Amino acid sequence: MDLSSAFGVSEQALQVRSQRLEVLSRNIANADTPNYKAQDLDFKAVFKESEKQYLTATHPEHFAAIADAPDNGMRYRIPFNSSFDGNTVEISVEQSNFGKAAADYQATASFLSNNISGIRKALKGE
Amino acid sequence: MKSLDSVFGIAGTALNAQMVRMNTTASNLANATTVANTEQDAFRAKRTVFKALVKEEYTNAAAPYLGGVKVDHVVDDPTPIRSLYDPGNPLADKDGNVYLSNVNEMQEMVEMMAASRSYQNNVEVVNTARQLMMRTLDITKS
Repeated sequence: MDLSSAFGVSEQALQVRSQRLEVLSRNIANADTPNYKAQDLDFKAVFKESEKQYLTATHPEHFAAIADAPDNGMRYRIPFNSSFDGNTVEISVEQSNFGKAAADYQATASFLSNNISGIRKALKGE
Repeated sequence: MKSLDSVFGIAGTALNAQMVRMNTTASNLANATTVANTEQDAFRAKRTVFKALVKEEYTNAAAPYLGGVKVDHVVDDPTPIRSLYDPGNPLADKDGNVYLSNVNEMQEMVEMMAASRSYQNNVEVVNTARQLMMRTLDITKS
């Protein structure tokens, strides 16, 4: 087992979690912007994307593979109610999602730090 | 940690925009009872129009606020100006009329509350992001 696999998906998950926080903070910042469309990050889609393997051209005479555009996981939110100014941010929805995303981030960070302290203990051999 | 960093930037742009909105409201309220000599000179309530910073050209490397918000422009409230017959007023025109501002105090109070709520929301975002950052730094101690 090498150390890079010791942390499992936690390392990558932490990055996606912080990316989601960014997307949600964008929505909250634009809560009063006319015609702004709220977005969210589809965690599952991002993870699936990272597992996908694209064909790479290893020889100059290879044809480039026609792959579908990578899915960045961004989805437009479907609002519960419509608004006059075309803004689809519903602040209560965003707030609850932000709270949950923050908790998710903390959970992932805890897993990671547990992993690290586990490895430390193993190294010390106490 | 690029993403958590930009949370601060994005929330910062929103704090800035909401502060401008609150200042506009304050100015409107302050001028609610202003009168003028002509209809053109009468004070018109100002409204801020927000715009999302969604294009790369709005931002630069030193200011990575992509997805933030800015005050795009300030428009005058189109509500018609009311005139008041007040011949004793030194600003009255030859017919004895003065022109009042079109500020609606109720509307301004609502606007101020909305701006302050949005401001608070973004302060909360900054606080949460800060806590998460500290939490992430704690990983090194584990």
